[in-house]
Amino acid sequence: MSGPSTYDPKTGIERWLDSRLPIIRLGYDSFVDFPTPKNLNYWYTFGGILTVCLMIQILTGIVLAMHYVPHVDYAFASIERIDRDVNFGWLLRNIHAVGASMFFLAVYLHIFRGLYYGSYKAPREVLWILGVVIYLLMMAAAFLGYVLPWGQMSFWGATVITELFGAIPLVGGPITEWLWGGFAVGNTTLNRFFSLHYLIPFLIAGVVGLHVWALHVPGNNNPTGISVKTSNDTLPFHPYYTVKDGFAIAVFLVIFAAFVFYAPDVLGHADNYIEADPLVTPAHIVPEWYLLPFYAILRAVPDKLGGVILMFGAIGVLFILPWLDTSKVRSMRYRPMAKWFFVGFLIACLGLGWAGAELPDNPVPILGAVGIDFLFFGRVLTLYYFAYFLVILPVLGFVEKPKERPASIDAAVTGGKSAAPAAAPAE
Amino acid sequence: MKTFHRVLIAAAGAAVIGSVAAWAAGEYKKPAEYDFSFEGPFGTFDRAQLQRGFTVYENVCAACHSLEHLDFRHLGMDGGPFDEQGMAVAGMEELYSPDPNQNEVIRQIASRTMVEDGPDEYGDMFMREGRPADDFPSPWENEAQGRAANGGAYPPDLSVITKARYGGPEYIRSLLMGYDYEVPEDLDIRPGNYYNPYMSGEVIAMPPVLYPDGVVYEDGTEATVDQMATDVAAFLHWASEPHLEARKRMGVAVMLYLLLLCGLLYAAYRTLWRNVKH
Repeated sequence: MSGPSTYDPKTGIERWLDSRLPIIRLGYDSFVDFPTPKNLNYWYTFGGILTVCLMIQILTGIVLAMHYVPHVDYAFASIERIDRDVNFGWLLRNIHAVGASMFFLAVYLHIFRGLYYGSYKAPREVLWILGVVIYLLMMAAAFLGYVLPWGQMSFWGATVITELFGAIPLVGGPITEWLWGGFAVGNTTLNRFFSLHYLIPFLIAGVVGLHVWALHVPGNNNPTGISVKTSNDTLPFHPYYTVKDGFAIAVFLVIFAAFVFYAPDVLGHADNYIEADPLVTPAHIVPEWYLLPFYAILRAVPDKLGGVILMFGAIGVLFILPWLDTSKVRSMRYRPMAKWFFVGFLIACLGLGWAGAELPDNPVPILGAVGIDFLFFGRVLTLYYFAYFLVILPVLGFVEKPKERPASIDAAVTGGKSAAPAAAPAE
Repeated sequence: MKTFHRVLIAAAGAAVIGSVAAWAAGEYKKPAEYDFSFEGPFGTFDRAQLQRGFTVYENVCAACHSLEHLDFRHLGMDGGPFDEQGMAVAGMEELYSPDPNQNEVIRQIASRTMVEDGPDEYGDMFMREGRPADDFPSPWENEAQGRAANGGAYPPDLSVITKARYGGPEYIRSLLMGYDYEVPEDLDIRPGNYYNPYMSGEVIAMPPVLYPDGVVYEDGTEATVDQMATDVAAFLHWASEPHLEARKRMGVAVMLYLLLLCGLLYAAYRTLWRNVKH
């Protein structure tokens, strides 16, 4: 699909540069003339939205780092100084904090889109794996960043998460102390977390580069899951998708701005406006909303090590997903059974997030009447989470009878009246 | 396909309701609703209320609670109690200066405190009158002294208190008026503690501090407990969010700009794609 280059350098300077460093050719082939399936819907705009999110986080973060002081005695006060005295510091910090949530909102929609349309299947396995790597790095960056304001949730969240490594037999204790740089979360920890929080976004940017590269070899998947066959199936990326993505980005920014200007703290936790105090443990230590499902999985297991293994396993299983799904059909549009299991998976993830926000002993509304608490609720959903990947998707490939698929993307959008090749080769 | 979409929408709806229910759940009494002037997308601070609230802070709260992230000069910054609008409301336009350090009212407020400065040319520390650029002084030398004076409970700093408690200013207002409830029989209140249903755990170490006419308002407003609690809650919300007005003002402009941009991009998208079947 990333066929021969169509770039034609018009000026002398362009020809001169093209024979030395064909960077304009690279940009032209990747983002101007790149053949893109013409049936991409709005769920496909989140790649562009995520790029914008990363740029917003990096730009606001660089300026915030100019005013932030990574020291346990001054970190909280420096955040207050940013909010009060730095010109537009309140705006930068609101954008950066809300931006983290918006970044995760977008990445979750992007991931679920990939799961529904089978974007992880051959030949896009490496593309998918790179995406999971980005997601992991995002979680690390978000966790590290949440520690920096040095509020109560920062400190106790950092304590809980780093102590998870203590569950590893034999080397757990030394690893935890190595992470802390001491015998508890302290100034050394805050310093290294700041350093790593600054580093990771640039690692993400690098992996995003690989992700886009891996995308441009096979080209975009699309809602039909059928591979591009002729040029009738595609449109040049520019202007068709630059404008469509641009519109989606603008709509996304409206939601983003609504939070930044009218509810900047609603996605955070009030306790993080209390300065960290190692002697006072908050009543409920809960992570930010985007990590809650994993917190519920961690708590679903009565054994600490087991919980840690399952929590990391919940992400680890995504790495082997391309080989777990045995169906030859990519898009769930044509998979009458998988589609409903996917809805169940979506509900399980949302339910796990809910379970993660509640105390394990709290009764579930309505279901509490029959004695179901959030611990049991979380366990059932954890079971479904793993069953979806390890049992349902592998088995469905053999038992499900896919619906009939259109001959081509063009046929799908024109209702089959187009001159598409009759015998479609296997995907 | 229709059923599928309906199920998806239902699931999304349930998720929203579920998360709202999860956030709203708590073990103590919900703060009473109150319509502060700064609520809503166009809300602004009532300057007279901020000034009254500052009177309450200065005369009552400041005896035990610090305001360590604020300087006196902050009182005169745009959006604060003694900015241009605030000085006009108080009838003191002629004392106003765009530079809060030159604002006469703030100089007077600061001068009512003594701060340690130095070392001087002989290496000695000395006390002097406060200036607008000084921090609000803490009532305690250190946390241990604050604890010792308050039966072991340290009075929390109030700089960001409305952002550090769910319910924000409404919580502060309810808490300050929440001492008149009957103590549940099963609750054992030790000496030096008080029953207050709005407090997490329903037991608070702070005694009731607001009594009718506990302060004298310069604008002649009657200092009822409700009035003082409301005013100081508003003042503390300003202290937590000094740029609230600028934030909401900029929000209107940004939203209008983005909505216009959405409209233009949507029109461009429709025009560009009108001949493409997709």
